[in-house]
Amino acid sequence: MTGSMPTYLGMPSFPEAAREAVGDTLLRRNLAHATGTIRARRAEAVAELPDWERLRGSARQIKDHTLAHLGHYLRLLEERVTGAGGTVHWAADAAEANAIVAALVEATGETEVVKVKSMATQEIGLNEALAEAGITAYETDLAELIVQLGDDRPSHILVPAIHRNRAEIRDIFRRAMPDAPAGLSDSPAELAEAARRHLRAKFLSARVAVSGANFAVAETGTLVVLESEGNGRMCLTLPRTLITVMGIEKLVPTFADLEVFLQLLPRSSTAERMNPYTSMWTGATEGQDFHLVLLDNGRTDVLADEVGRQALRCIRCSACLNVCPVYERAGGHAYGSPYPGPIGAILSPQLRGVGSKVDASLPYASTLCGACFEACPVAIDIPEVLVELRARAVESARHPLTDAAMAAAGWTLRSPARLALAQRAAGRFRRLTPRRLPGPLRAWTDTRDIPRPPPESFRAWWERTDGGRRP
Amino acid sequence: MNSRAVNSSAVNSSAVNSRDRVLARIDAIVPPRPAAEIAAGRAAIERDYLRRHSTGDVLDLLADRIAHYRATVRRVTPAELPGAVAARLAGRVYAVPEGLPRAWLARADPARLVEDPPVADLDALDGAVTGCAVAIAETGTVVLDHGPGQGPRALTLVPDRHLVVVEAARVVADVPEALERLDPARPLTFVSGPSATSDIELSRVEGVHGPRTLDVLVVA
Repeated sequence: MTGSMPTYLGMPSFPEAAREAVGDTLLRRNLAHATGTIRARRAEAVAELPDWERLRGSARQIKDHTLAHLGHYLRLLEERVTGAGGTVHWAADAAEANAIVAALVEATGETEVVKVKSMATQEIGLNEALAEAGITAYETDLAELIVQLGDDRPSHILVPAIHRNRAEIRDIFRRAMPDAPAGLSDSPAELAEAARRHLRAKFLSARVAVSGANFAVAETGTLVVLESEGNGRMCLTLPRTLITVMGIEKLVPTFADLEVFLQLLPRSSTAERMNPYTSMWTGATEGQDFHLVLLDNGRTDVLADEVGRQALRCIRCSACLNVCPVYERAGGHAYGSPYPGPIGAILSPQLRGVGSKVDASLPYASTLCGACFEACPVAIDIPEVLVELRARAVESARHPLTDAAMAAAGWTLRSPARLALAQRAAGRFRRLTPRRLPGPLRAWTDTRDIPRPPPESFRAWWERTDGGRRP
Repeated sequence: MNSRAVNSSAVNSSAVNSRDRVLARIDAIVPPRPAAEIAAGRAAIERDYLRRHSTGDVLDLLADRIAHYRATVRRVTPAELPGAVAARLAGRVYAVPEGLPRAWLARADPARLVEDPPVADLDALDGAVTGCAVAIAETGTVVLDHGPGQGPRALTLVPDRHLVVVEAARVVADVPEALERLDPARPLTFVSGPSATSDIELSRVEGVHGPRTLDVLVVA
């Protein structure tokens, strides 16, 4: 069940998109400032727990165990949520998930929903699908609001407007927020206050909310949402109908397992001991109608891949983005997916396949420096998966010239006599070696010179001097 | 309209098919195992992390960690509590949930207390005063399970101020101990400082949609 998620229209390959981003000095300054700040703070928050590596090891094992028995735990979750008065829906792909949510909203007679930031609903393009059904979705997370009002795209998992500085945010609010106070300054406190006023009436009157989920506990049917602003609590608590869209990999087996993730996630994502608000609820709560939409959308494809499967451990903390030298320079938009950065480079091509230019290029959007693996709280070996995906990209799209060259090399290397002959020829013609290669191989020499063959091969030198014993 | 009516509509028939399709695909990739084997696998997961990180006084640590979030926090004796509550409520109108110990409010002005207000009235109030189920010292977190003395979830969300009284017996050292004490069948709200955001340049700024003032009184 291959997933569908929006590849942004006409999205160029990563190197093309990144080239433009790297030339944008304001963007680079905003990103360097934000990721630099969070890197230092995260390191402090992690250093405070001497058992960090052990927590990380347990988290990895809990997630791997869950994935190894995913059918069992999903059935258990369904049973427990249903038993607690909720309704569980299953969606094989994005279109189906969107149709389920739209039908649920239509059944309430409402035409507006409030939303808590959710990677899953971004992945399936829910807002656009609801708009087509005549339903307006209001993003309530501050950064999502900045993106929505700025008619922009998110560029970070945790802080979708990370590419905007405070002055730009003030300008967006002044331009697009009808009730923005006159003389709004760029102080973060004033900007937050403006968002509070702008959304309050919406929260108090909303009858339907859509959320994602950070975790679901199979044995109890409990859903968990971590957030900072209180917009999550507003959406989860006040509306009469709550619809939660969740990827099938977000499960943990038991309530006690949360003790690991509630320590790892806040410190990895916002570098806090604990995020301001975490909400947990089980089934229909305080008289609400509760619907849980379980989403596959390519996840079973990832599960089927023994190397790539570890990407399903991801808890969307975004620590890998903040430590990545490529992300810091290229920004999130170049990745052409709701999932940017190192985790996006392994998740998007696996969820969507490598059909588009951007997805085929994503496994190369990395220097393989390994900082992402080190930062990952669930120990996803992102470089390992990248190398595996690169090997597959090569397998599926080998250049005919490469094949010819490799065949020729194979023929030469198989026979010592042919190799000696080839090496002598190379030495003799070394002065004729061009600096640049001709034809389709030219690109390789755009930034490099061809190395000159040595005047004499090692084999020839060994023979002539008897291994250095004769001058 | 009852949203459950959707169950009998067209959505449902395709959803049922998708349920079977998704589960069949999962079962083909990771085949079902006997329950005992799954339980044994779960028991084999290494959990060699610490149950608690600090060994010192949990009340001192709690106060320190809550203050770090720029909430106000004060340690009081049971005898001092009614006066401290009254001082924090002074001049403002507060919501009082059902089941809150009356003794806590002994010195407060009853004319400025609203008992168990409906959700629609909450936006007009200045704050809410509650107890809590558990408090976590290591992370400076107060956990509400919305039982007696804590009100429904909206009560401590809509008004701009939240005063929490934390009794010493409810304080645990760390996250694992807190979860042991909590009942997941109840709605749970973990509160660590006032409402905040890191969305502008990744710096924490207090005050977005939840209460912008969090006052904590630790009673011992």
